[in-house]
Amino acid sequence: MTSQKPIIEIKDLGKTFRPKSGEVKALDGINLSINQGDIYGIIGMSGAGKSTLVRCINLLEKPTSGSVFIDGQDISKITEKELRTVRYSVGMIFQQFNLLMQRTAEKNILFPLEIAGVDKETAKKRTAELLELVGLPDKAKAYPAQLSGGQKQRIAIARALANNPKILLCDEATSALDPSTTNSILKLLKEINHKLGITIVIITHEMSVVEQICSHVAIIDKSRIAEDGEVEDIFRNPKTEIAKKMIFSEGDQGSVVMGKNTYRIVFDEKSSSDSVIAKMVLETKCLVNILHADMKNIDGFAFGQMVIQLPEDELSAARAVNYLRSHQITVEEVGTHVG
Amino acid sequence: MWDSSMTALMVQGTIETLYMTLASTLLAYVIGLPMGILLVTSDSEGIVPMKVLNQVLNIVVNITRSIPFLILLIAVIPLTRLITGTTIGSTATVVPLVIAAAPFIARLVESSIKEVDYGIIEASLSMGSSPMQVVTKVMIPEAKPSLIIGAAIATTTILGYSAMAGIVGGGGLGDIAIRFGYYRYETGMMVITVVLLVLIVQLFQEVGMKIAQKQDRRK
Repeated sequence: MTSQKPIIEIKDLGKTFRPKSGEVKALDGINLSINQGDIYGIIGMSGAGKSTLVRCINLLEKPTSGSVFIDGQDISKITEKELRTVRYSVGMIFQQFNLLMQRTAEKNILFPLEIAGVDKETAKKRTAELLELVGLPDKAKAYPAQLSGGQKQRIAIARALANNPKILLCDEATSALDPSTTNSILKLLKEINHKLGITIVIITHEMSVVEQICSHVAIIDKSRIAEDGEVEDIFRNPKTEIAKKMIFSEGDQGSVVMGKNTYRIVFDEKSSSDSVIAKMVLETKCLVNILHADMKNIDGFAFGQMVIQLPEDELSAARAVNYLRSHQITVEEVGTHVG
Repeated sequence: MWDSSMTALMVQGTIETLYMTLASTLLAYVIGLPMGILLVTSDSEGIVPMKVLNQVLNIVVNITRSIPFLILLIAVIPLTRLITGTTIGSTATVVPLVIAAAPFIARLVESSIKEVDYGIIEASLSMGSSPMQVVTKVMIPEAKPSLIIGAAIATTTILGYSAMAGIVGGGGLGDIAIRFGYYRYETGMMVITVVLLVLIVQLFQEVGMKIAQKQDRRK
């Protein structure tokens, strides 16, 4: 699906809010390039600036500096009217769904078509298609208040897709949903990406969302991009503290007791099928204590990580680490900051 | 004391009151509705911030709202004569009623529109809505139940004001109450007009609430 043509390019983007009490720098020197067909995750802790960043992509927030290119066009330099036309091709969904409460599901999907001035006949046909696509043709006449969270988000997705956008922006789209509904929405997004070739940008604070569907990820921390690249690479070899923290702390907060000589090891496709740990114990006679182990499926690749504790004896610990490194396995010492 | 001419008087008064109230409400909405919407959209946090316009609107609304109706009624007499050619009767009363009610309605509309979740407005902007489309397709339809309740409140308030116009010969039930009940000490007439006024207010309030409830899809 991925071709090498950037559909979204963000160059040296900055956004400073100026409320009465001083300045707040929400974004600073952001550079991002998102290719057509990517599912691009932007992850960060709350307050990191990710929601502001996604709003800068369709200029719901006006950046204070830098530029945003959509399909090669610098949208920070065009008129309001031209911007509205650009927005027809950039759909967006939200954490709180933001459906029009006084309109039925069907009329909600019709809304962007009315805005764009699509003729009634075509719009009606398109609405029916979209309800089919999101699997809710029987809910056409229902009002949002009568729908569940997952159903509301499906309608919101259908609405965002009405004008055949090239890009779909998702702002914490699954954060208000329970895990199983989250999965079904993510599946739907992936399906849309595959079927329609729509580039998807996902803002989230949950690493599991990135794991499940993203091809690329940017980790945003303190208003800046800490690290970005293919999800597999970042997971295998996170370089920055924040990346390690975000990847590592996922799902085991507080459950791992960290001690001295704790290491994180990462397996990839090849090594995960080998019984590396068992062999290491046999060959180096070094006893390991497994603190945490986890297997993930990232973008179709098996990916495992394990936290082990090695003996206090530095020599045998070093032997074990060397053994793992010689088998092309990523090993790194974990500080006590994790968990 | 009671005869058919009294009945005719009451019917006439009721019709005049209804005419004044409804005509004034309608005209006051023609001015107050756009004013209320502009108050929201031109706000610094609004979809089209316009600082000067917003300040001017706020000042105009606040000044008009702070003048007691009875004084406004007398103060605008020259304007009333200019517009209607007379200063007595129910048509003449419509002028001060509209002037007094429009800013009040602007505030009611403002608060109804502000109830609309900003997320929904943001979503419609993300779909490429123009500010006008946001107003006509999002703000007003989404605030409809609240706007209808506001209209019921506005109508009953204007009804109350219209009765006050009886002091200057404004016509309607208020006029009857003052002429017969107050100047001639006919308590019976006074009671009847009060009962009629209460019934009309109840009717407007009930009908407004019923329609609002029926239109509300949020639950």
